[in-house]
Amino acid sequence: MCQLFMKNISKSFDDVSVLKSVSFSVKAGEVHALLGVNGAGKSTLMKILAGDYQKDDGTIEISGKEVSLESPLDAKRHGIGVVVQEVDTALFPTLTVAENLAIDTYTSTGFKMSRVSWQSIKKQAKEILNDMNIELEVNKPVAQCSLSEKQMILIARAVAGNVRYLILDEPTAPLSEKETNTLFEIIKKLRDKGVGIIYISHRMPEIKKISDRFTVMRDGKLIITEKTETASTEQIIQQMLGKSLQQTERKRKVTSTNTLFEVKDITIPDTGKSISLTVQEGEIVGVAGLVGAGKSETARALFGAGEAKGSWFINGKRKKITSPYHALKQGLCLVPEERRKEGILTEHSVAHNLSLPSLQSFTRFGWLQLKKEAEYANRKIDELGVVTSSSTRLLKYLSGGNQQKVSIGKWISPDRNVYLFDEPTKGIDVKAKKEIFQLIQSLAEQGKGILYFTSELEELLHIADRILVMYDGEFTASFTGAEATHEKIMQVATGGMLSETNG
Amino acid sequence: MKQTVELKSEYAPEASIHFKQKIVHFLFKYGTVLVIALLVLFFSITNEQFLTYSNFTDILRSISIVTLVAIGVTFTLIVGGFDLSVGSTVSLATIGASAALVWYRQELLVALLIPIVLGLLVGLVNSLIVVKIKIPDLLGTLAVMYIVNGVQLTYTKGFSIYNNMPMADGGTAPGVFIPSFLFIGQGELFSIPFPAILMVLFVIIAHLFLTYTKAGRLFYVTGANREAARLSGVPVERYRMYAYVLSGLFASIAGIVLASRIGTGQISAGAPLLMDGVAAALIGYSVLGQGKPNVIGTFFGAILIGILLNGLTMMNVPYYAQDIVKGTILVAALAFTFYQKKAADFKI
Repeated sequence: MCQLFMKNISKSFDDVSVLKSVSFSVKAGEVHALLGVNGAGKSTLMKILAGDYQKDDGTIEISGKEVSLESPLDAKRHGIGVVVQEVDTALFPTLTVAENLAIDTYTSTGFKMSRVSWQSIKKQAKEILNDMNIELEVNKPVAQCSLSEKQMILIARAVAGNVRYLILDEPTAPLSEKETNTLFEIIKKLRDKGVGIIYISHRMPEIKKISDRFTVMRDGKLIITEKTETASTEQIIQQMLGKSLQQTERKRKVTSTNTLFEVKDITIPDTGKSISLTVQEGEIVGVAGLVGAGKSETARALFGAGEAKGSWFINGKRKKITSPYHALKQGLCLVPEERRKEGILTEHSVAHNLSLPSLQSFTRFGWLQLKKEAEYANRKIDELGVVTSSSTRLLKYLSGGNQQKVSIGKWISPDRNVYLFDEPTKGIDVKAKKEIFQLIQSLAEQGKGILYFTSELEELLHIADRILVMYDGEFTASFTGAEATHEKIMQVATGGMLSETNG
Repeated sequence: MKQTVELKSEYAPEASIHFKQKIVHFLFKYGTVLVIALLVLFFSITNEQFLTYSNFTDILRSISIVTLVAIGVTFTLIVGGFDLSVGSTVSLATIGASAALVWYRQELLVALLIPIVLGLLVGLVNSLIVVKIKIPDLLGTLAVMYIVNGVQLTYTKGFSIYNNMPMADGGTAPGVFIPSFLFIGQGELFSIPFPAILMVLFVIIAHLFLTYTKAGRLFYVTGANREAARLSGVPVERYRMYAYVLSGLFASIAGIVLASRIGTGQISAGAPLLMDGVAAALIGYSVLGQGKPNVIGTFFGAILIGILLNGLTMMNVPYYAQDIVKGTILVAALAFTFYQKKAADFKI
């Protein structure tokens, strides 16, 4: 039978089991959607198929024959193609479309001083693109192509390499509706030619539209594989989330009705959308959205780091915020998602990191008061419960959770009123997570306004007073803490409509 | 082979590893200083002229100019940038001061202000190109290096400026290098060469500034992680601009000392100072195990280069072969720094 079959695949990283005997198959000529929340194991499974990771256990068969996929080149030889989410990492921007399409012929022949025939490269490129009804000038450098064009090039390249199974990882995340439709036309054409397509996406309407079958993964296990037409969106979401969820009761209530922070019609260049929102004094507003929904871009824009245009109001007064420097002056602060890249200075000491945003208060006539700074750092270290041998230790030697405490703790000061948290629990352990929640809650109790951006929906149910759901750069729904459920949020976050939305 | 290893570990497992680590650690920290000490010892033994007062002051004079250039380079390295134009800026400042004195008969104040203003201007142009237009630092300052070099050559039509030089109108130049100006490069205070005093003064000021002021901290923070610094509210573009302006300023001060020391406005006199200045600043990474650009290290780097060149010259090693030694020392110093960094990162 013509199919790709991954049988009882297991994989662990450092004793953490991420795939537990997963069996997954794709038939030739079908679109198979692979679904699951963050950390379900989809990416790991696909990386094994692409030859990036090696499985610990299990077999992979193509058309009944066992194959070994030790490297990406092996995978390519067996007709497995991947269109990665970050298209730029797979293309050569200064080369033309034609050259990018022909790149596989260079890598497969080894080092030879063979003549490059420009004419035949261009001719072949034109044929490939014509075949797939893609209109693209082959002499154009890839750097000048749009995101969707780049994606088309990657697909075309895979097809040119006689791909039999194609993995598409969140292909529509950066695409407009029109571009998405073009992509779907191409997918259908490939499917009709007998290519088996694995389609990873969070967007439920697309899954219903394009896929023949779907598989849901959760916690490294395969939960269900079924025909798409027989399952409803609600059922699929239910399968993705599992039954183990309990809603924790929120103890605290927002009593103030003072609007602390408001933005109106902020246009965010990275997403091309505009948003408005308000935060009351002492309120924790959660912004829920899946990966690629535009949360980080929004958080950075609100903090003045994304060249966004619009109006900011703090305590009802209009403020001009054009850079993080200005945002800080107005009492805003941001704990960014990429902690090591953006949140902290790993090569500097704990004390330097903690004092950085408040450096002015340790300065007299331009000179630093190092003693005062050290006292402040030691006090902070105690308050935050940072585990470190001393305040002069370089931050790179601390654990992820402790780094995050520093990344948050450096902002805590009476002068700051609005806190933006972007995925603050990313990559930290359960204990540190709990401590960070307590920190955030105590900030809210002091009357600070909190915006909490995350794709970890459970966290929001746990901590937020109000939840805004973001889909494709826009807020599509709003729930109070009491009415929000995991299912409702997921439905909106995956692009579904909700009858009782009150956005 | 295996047996010996086991035996060893049975006898003194902790102590021997500990001892080895301590030696490596010691070398990382004091390696550069040790090399300087060994060089002094070696040259003293092989050449009796080396350890004399007059040779000592010679070395001080020669490193003072390199150190001044290198302090400026250190500022740009600290903010994560690079300034290739310092050599040309030194030349421009030299010509600026000389022209003011010889061609226009200006007094000391003007002869100092003109090169300093020129240096600041070059710094501003660099920051415009690198910070605002966002051309990568190596490329942007390379272009400025050519432009500035061309400017000083064009202005002098390719001739050096000296006392009583013939002018285009047939007469001789109206001004001369006045004694007060010459004192900067040639004078002595308490039998110590004045440029050496100037150098130590600037090293101390720059060190205090970088270590104990808010601005100094923000320079380092900007270089350590520009995005994290920006998101912490640091106006990073402003600090990068300051660094290039300071680099231009120090290059122009070096130019003044150079003009005064040689007593003529020699064209392109600053060109070799670029490489020596950069090398001193880079060697400085390894001093006292800092692993980052720092002024004290830069000072030691300049001393190392100065002693080496002086000693080699005394041993009649031709100047063209000295570059080979310079390059080798630079590689060794950088290896110390970056190998140590890697080792430290692996530890935890």
